[in-house]
Amino acid sequence: MNESALKQRSGWKNLRENIMHGVFFVCALASILAVALICVFLFANGLPAMKEIGFLNFLSGTTWRPGNDIYGILPMIVGSIYITAGAIVIGVPIGLLTAIFMAFYCPKRIYGILKPCTELLAGIPSIVYGFFGMVVIAPVVLDVAKACGANISSGATILSASILLGIMILPTIIGVSEAALRAVPNSYYEGAVAMGATHERAVFSVMLPAAKSGVLAGIVLGIGRAIGETMAVIMVAGNQPRLTASLLDGIRTMTANIVIEMGYATGLHREALIATGVVLFVFILLINLCFSVLKRRKDA
Amino acid sequence: MNETKISIKDMNLYYGDFHALHDIDLDIKANEITAFIGPSGCGKSTLLRSLNRMNDLVEGCKITGDIRLDGEDIYRDCDVNLLRKRVGMVFQKPNPFPMSIYDNIAYGPRTHGIKSRVKLDEIVETSLRHAAIWDETKDCLKKSALSMSGGQQQRICIARALAADPDVLLMDEPTSALDPISTAKIEDLVLELKKDYTIVMVTHNMQQATRVSDTTAFFLLGDMIEVGDTESLFSMPKDKRTEDYITGRFG
Repeated sequence: MNESALKQRSGWKNLRENIMHGVFFVCALASILAVALICVFLFANGLPAMKEIGFLNFLSGTTWRPGNDIYGILPMIVGSIYITAGAIVIGVPIGLLTAIFMAFYCPKRIYGILKPCTELLAGIPSIVYGFFGMVVIAPVVLDVAKACGANISSGATILSASILLGIMILPTIIGVSEAALRAVPNSYYEGAVAMGATHERAVFSVMLPAAKSGVLAGIVLGIGRAIGETMAVIMVAGNQPRLTASLLDGIRTMTANIVIEMGYATGLHREALIATGVVLFVFILLINLCFSVLKRRKDA
Repeated sequence: MNETKISIKDMNLYYGDFHALHDIDLDIKANEITAFIGPSGCGKSTLLRSLNRMNDLVEGCKITGDIRLDGEDIYRDCDVNLLRKRVGMVFQKPNPFPMSIYDNIAYGPRTHGIKSRVKLDEIVETSLRHAAIWDETKDCLKKSALSMSGGQQQRICIARALAADPDVLLMDEPTSALDPISTAKIEDLVLELKKDYTIVMVTHNMQQATRVSDTTAFFLLGDMIEVGDTESLFSMPKDKRTEDYITGRFG
């Protein structure tokens, strides 16, 4: 082969590399572009409405009555926080203990069943979860509450939604926490056991603290999933836009507010719903910020 | 001559089908430093880890024969956690826990039920002094142990092992991850420690064995070839294989 042919071949190779490089770059840009567009769209549509309603009126108003042009989303903010908090109370202990079990206690044979199960849990569509909540959790909550003397007529309550969301965030918490626990060097375990610590003590006093930031990251991700959940929540939360202190009352979340009314909303009502989306988005941003801070601390 | 602290009789060890140690007979004397030498994979670390039953953690590991600590059969007569309290261990790679120096040292005593702050303070100080690292750490006990240098971390690990109040200290190549200066410090420390503890040390470094140990055992392919007083083993090895190894003909 002569020299010019070689040159040509390497030229081709270079060109191909450059093209592929460009393709990768464009693909990478796509996700950044999507985030940027969503930001721009949300804020451009939502902020004017907030301004018109008044920031304080919008964020701290306790009444949501679009018919009378009263747009206060505090009940929805509180609703989202309630249900997310409930999901954490239920999901975190179960998820964390499951992760510990899977990483340090589980016999191989059970692990072979348990791991795919938790993964499957992550793959179930939220509408299916919602259906499960509607036909199983809500009626059980209603029956139990009635048996305990509560005067309610529907099982669609904060409690039901919390239980359902608690189950839905399990796979996130389990997956991330288990990975974090497995990443702790085995030498820590050996060091603890070599001093006469029992398996339990070594796991809970050395391994778990060593995986702390990873475990917290899993919990934060779970919170993000819980606060953004829509379909399943609508089906079991009752969706009344009101402030309430009782776990056995229904409540409406920010996500539910948007979905339920977006179909027919026009004008300021529509913009107020988009503004609700802005608030939700800010919540998610904060949660992601927490997540990346925690992750960075783990790497350090 | 010191009394026997650990006696190993007809000991065989298997990892599944692999016969890792053959018919080991060895007495380890109290308040002496016993060194295990031999090429990689000869079973010296395996034997060391049998002495505090760390091999229990290895799946498929089976041990036959007798290992006695102060006359008690460690595989039958005693609780494994109490055994490990009596037989402390220092690992090849320094492995302080990712917590403060104080909490590292206090881990052993806390594990064994000591809660009093005063008592813990005292144990932490004596252990750190004993491990010759008190001066370097006394002003930063709250600092993470991981922020110290490798040599300091290893001495913290030694202090941590001492804090559990053992009789025997097992050291698995404790200086192989350290620089020469840190190594010298650890060797001085080990010589100091033998007054109070029985020490068994695995080492790849034959100079180290001659510098610190009283008795040396040479292992090859799962057999204990020769054991004896360190000086005579290195100057007049009885077995040809020992001679070949210590003169650097293989390994």
